Amino acid sequence: MLDNLIRTKGREGRRGYTLPKNDVGETDLRKVLPKEALRKEGPRLAEVDEPTVVRHYTNLSRRNWGIDTNFYPLGSCTMKHNPRANEVAANTPAFAGLHPLQPEAQAQGALKVMHELQGFLSEVSGLPAVSLQPLAGAQGELTSILMVKKFFEDNGDDGRTTVLVPSTAHGTNPATASMAGFAAKEIGLDEHGCVDVDELREMVDGTTAALMITNPNTCGVFERNIKEISDVLHEAGAFLYMDGANMNANLGRMRPAEAGVDVMHFNLHKTFSTPHGGGGPGCGAIACSETLAPFRPDPAVERDGDIYSFVRPAGSIGRVAGFHGNFGQMLRAWNYIKMHGPDLRDVTDMAVLNANYVRARLGGTYGVPYDELCKHEVVVQPPKGMKALDIAKGLIDHGYHPPTIYFPLVVKEAMLIEPTETESKETLDDFVGALLELAESNAEELEEAPAHAPTRRLDEARAARQLKARW
Amino acid sequence: MSVPGDLQYTKSHEWVRVEGDVATVGITEHAQDELGDVVFVELPEQGATLEAGDSFGAVESVKAVSDLYAPVGGEVVEVNGALENNPEKINEDPYGEGWILKLQTSDRADLLSAAEYEKLLEEES
Repeated sequence: MLDNLIRTKGREGRRGYTLPKNDVGETDLRKVLPKEALRKEGPRLAEVDEPTVVRHYTNLSRRNWGIDTNFYPLGSCTMKHNPRANEVAANTPAFAGLHPLQPEAQAQGALKVMHELQGFLSEVSGLPAVSLQPLAGAQGELTSILMVKKFFEDNGDDGRTTVLVPSTAHGTNPATASMAGFAAKEIGLDEHGCVDVDELREMVDGTTAALMITNPNTCGVFERNIKEISDVLHEAGAFLYMDGANMNANLGRMRPAEAGVDVMHFNLHKTFSTPHGGGGPGCGAIACSETLAPFRPDPAVERDGDIYSFVRPAGSIGRVAGFHGNFGQMLRAWNYIKMHGPDLRDVTDMAVLNANYVRARLGGTYGVPYDELCKHEVVVQPPKGMKALDIAKGLIDHGYHPPTIYFPLVVKEAMLIEPTETESKETLDDFVGALLELAESNAEELEEAPAHAPTRRLDEARAARQLKARW
Repeated sequence: MSVPGDLQYTKSHEWVRVEGDVATVGITEHAQDELGDVVFVELPEQGATLEAGDSFGAVESVKAVSDLYAPVGGEVVEVNGALENNPEKINEDPYGEGWILKLQTSDRADLLSAAEYEKLLEEES
């Protein structure tokens, strides 16, 4: 299955190029470089001809399964198309050739892009201050909660020990709370799958630092009581943090600040169409209120007349990324937002329409636990007697990446489907057709799926029980 | 799903076998079936004192991580160390070799009988 590594191909001395005969004298490196700059042995590079290099990497890339090859309805991940116009912007030599240590005066264009993007995210969220530094969504969460922590520390309030997390939360939320030194406490749900406000009232007290809410939540349901929730927190002196993983459902329709959100993160690699790139690089930009603005990471970009500069916010929690974050992602997101302009709202409207179309077509055959209008994603359950895992593996044989399964945890046999706005009705119809066909298939036979993938079903239990990790 | 009549149960799907003042605790066949293949069990320290309802560890399966809750209060007198290397015993023999811990206790509060637990399963399905 695994190809040999490129280094094991070719043979010693083989090169992918030929140079003209050397017509100048050779100089021994030992005569021109100091001793400490010389390697003891040569680099271990692959010694191969060019076609071998091209075939090796082309064949590896064909093993990739991505949004460029197939429909990828992975819930909570917003696997939307990455517009090629973004790549044109990112490949512009004036940006691509910038060095991260270039003096600010020579990188004014890049700083202007960062400053404008800060403004765009501020407009989308309604929150006045932004940091583009965090490199991923989970890092944006941690950054936000560390800012909340620093606020209480600087105000001499050392009694804030807990962070509340709904039972539908992404696993990164309680992990973030723990990493930041808080105890994570779980809140239950009401009959709509939303935060139980009565339970919240009982739990919130002087020890509460924040509630981490995802809106719409991971069931694809809008947290309609969010204003009341924020009031309860603010009365107790606590903050409302919003996990922005699902912002694709809110653009131009819900500004978190107006619902009382104090701090939130964005995933530029979800909502704003930059590539997910196999786990990185991403950008988990954050936006916050004036109260929390002084605690933002270093650096932020500020403008004075026509001059842009990096500044360290007064009470900054410090650096969270090397250099200036993932600038290439910022540039792509800036380009995406500029392309849409005020019509950015259409993105959300189409994403919500697509998810509801899938919900309406699957309902009746698949279970829909929260059978009301959903936002950008929908959670369904397989027909009785069938398992989400088997349906997911069956979808691979139909040429689809499976949806997220067994999440959210509050729904048994959950299958979380997020079509995104960039898919056509034909693609959705084909996908729904595959799911309806799988629902009719023999449950025992489906346990053998996938039959047509490069590997059959992997033994996930054994892989976890007998873990062999190398790095 | 098997629900042995000589055991007592909790709403969070643990079972308890009371012998004298020692209570053996595990998770039910229904619980292991819902979880799927168990890949890791986080056990408490021997000697730890638990209140009824305390989270004392977790069971991790290929689907999810679930907290374990103490059905009764008491002192942990023994944990099933075999689960560290063979967590699958929880799937294979949930009421036998898949036991999780033993508590020194006289607490009997709030436990369900086998009949009551079966009724709970019916309501949940």
